[in-house]
Amino acid sequence: MKILGSEITPYKTYLNRRKFIKGSLASAMLATVTSTAFANHDSGLSIYTKNLNENDKLNSYEEITTYNNFYEFGTHKKHPHLNSGNFKPRPWTIKIDGLVKKPQTFDLEKILSNVTIEDRVYRLRCVEAWSMVIPWQGFQLSELIKMAEPLSSAKYVQFVTVFRPEEMPGQQKRTIIWPYREGLRMDEAMNPLTILATGLYGHEMPNQNGAPIRLVVPWKYGFKSIKSIVEIRFLDTQPETSWETLAPWEYGFYANVNPNVNHPRWSQGTERRIGEFKRRETLMFNGYEEEVAHLYKDLDLTKFY
Amino acid sequence: MFSTKNFNRSKPVLFILILFPSLLWAFQFVTGNLGVNPIEKLMDELGLMALRLIIITLMITTLSNIKSIKSIVVLRRMIGLFAFYYVCLHFSTYIILDHFLDMQFIIQDIIKRPFITFGFISFLFLIPLASTSTNNMIKRLGFKLWKKIHYLIYPVAILASLHFYVLVRADKTEPVIYMGIIILLLLHRIFKRLTRPQLAQ
Repeated sequence: MKILGSEITPYKTYLNRRKFIKGSLASAMLATVTSTAFANHDSGLSIYTKNLNENDKLNSYEEITTYNNFYEFGTHKKHPHLNSGNFKPRPWTIKIDGLVKKPQTFDLEKILSNVTIEDRVYRLRCVEAWSMVIPWQGFQLSELIKMAEPLSSAKYVQFVTVFRPEEMPGQQKRTIIWPYREGLRMDEAMNPLTILATGLYGHEMPNQNGAPIRLVVPWKYGFKSIKSIVEIRFLDTQPETSWETLAPWEYGFYANVNPNVNHPRWSQGTERRIGEFKRRETLMFNGYEEEVAHLYKDLDLTKFY
Repeated sequence: MFSTKNFNRSKPVLFILILFPSLLWAFQFVTGNLGVNPIEKLMDELGLMALRLIIITLMITTLSNIKSIKSIVVLRRMIGLFAFYYVCLHFSTYIILDHFLDMQFIIQDIIKRPFITFGFISFLFLIPLASTSTNNMIKRLGFKLWKKIHYLIYPVAILASLHFYVLVRADKTEPVIYMGIIILLLLHRIFKRLTRPQLAQ
């Protein structure tokens, strides 16, 4: 689906319009105090949105959709935008297997009819030391995990990206071992911050950003947030992940945003927020310390980077 | 047969052609047309241009072995100096635009990150080359010493291509091609050296 720049609603307007619709349904009085009244709904004013710092401004739709890494469409950050036109994200199914009660394949539509889509505005920090603020739409991964009914022996979740070299020209070259694979520890996967995103800026997920469904784990480097997911596997051992397999001395399984752990190629102490001139300090766990630091209290993060 | 005169005549055109990209990028940078991450883009373009020019200077020496275009060597100095010009712009972008002259950070960055170490040493080695590029300097140093100094272009080329190779995350095709060309050019020189004494007999 091609979207003209002029059709893109600025996010503020987009949120306000939605609030307005809600407001017109409720009484006029209520509409003025929606922020708390609708806290558990998709009003865009959830605690996660409030989590943004004052100086976190949304990146534009253009920035988010023309500059990102998605090696399935090429290794340059303009390639996903340029080369993803032939990708067909519908129909779509997700295979659930491994340590579950019953392995099965879900139709994406079926999944979507069983979950609550909400707005989540998150910082995204790439391991290459650039970052953005992105208004996603999606649902908590924990909701899908509940549908999948994993066994108690499942300790890890593995994700696999679709392999379609005819639609994804980057896969015709062995830059990384296809299909792309990622993984999370079960408690990371169940954390309320972890979502499966199906849209951004109120639009269906653009092909170049991981259509139709992708992971977003905002306290980890961007490469953990695997795109165009076709398979979710429950395991009792830590799964192999693509970048760790390619260069284990550079990319760990955890890949938590951590300004104190050096990367051989990029200082992780600072980052360039796309759209800004000067670098800014990188925050521990990308600023989500309060929500996730407890997951790692027994882990040496310099070893398990 | 191309004479020295032919090559000398082409110099003004070449000068403008090689200078032009830097002016274009500067203009695009100032007017906000270098994409979403303009500082990164500027640094990448300048660095790549510098590496290509370094390789071209090595090629010119090899090409000058062909009798009919022997005089091509008169272009080498200008292109070499342009390589230095692009390296300087590349390095300035890194220290000024990328890191706002945060010297403590930059020094750490150069020491800790191998790819930056390679690039920085390559830049340092280019300084004596650029500063001894005048005819006057050749005279003052004597051709032999001058030539010895200018052997530095080999570590410069190797380090510059390594700098690029290490930077690339997964698809190393382009840096490998550059390294391949450099190695071939070096092998050719070694081969020539080994065969020269026999010719003298």
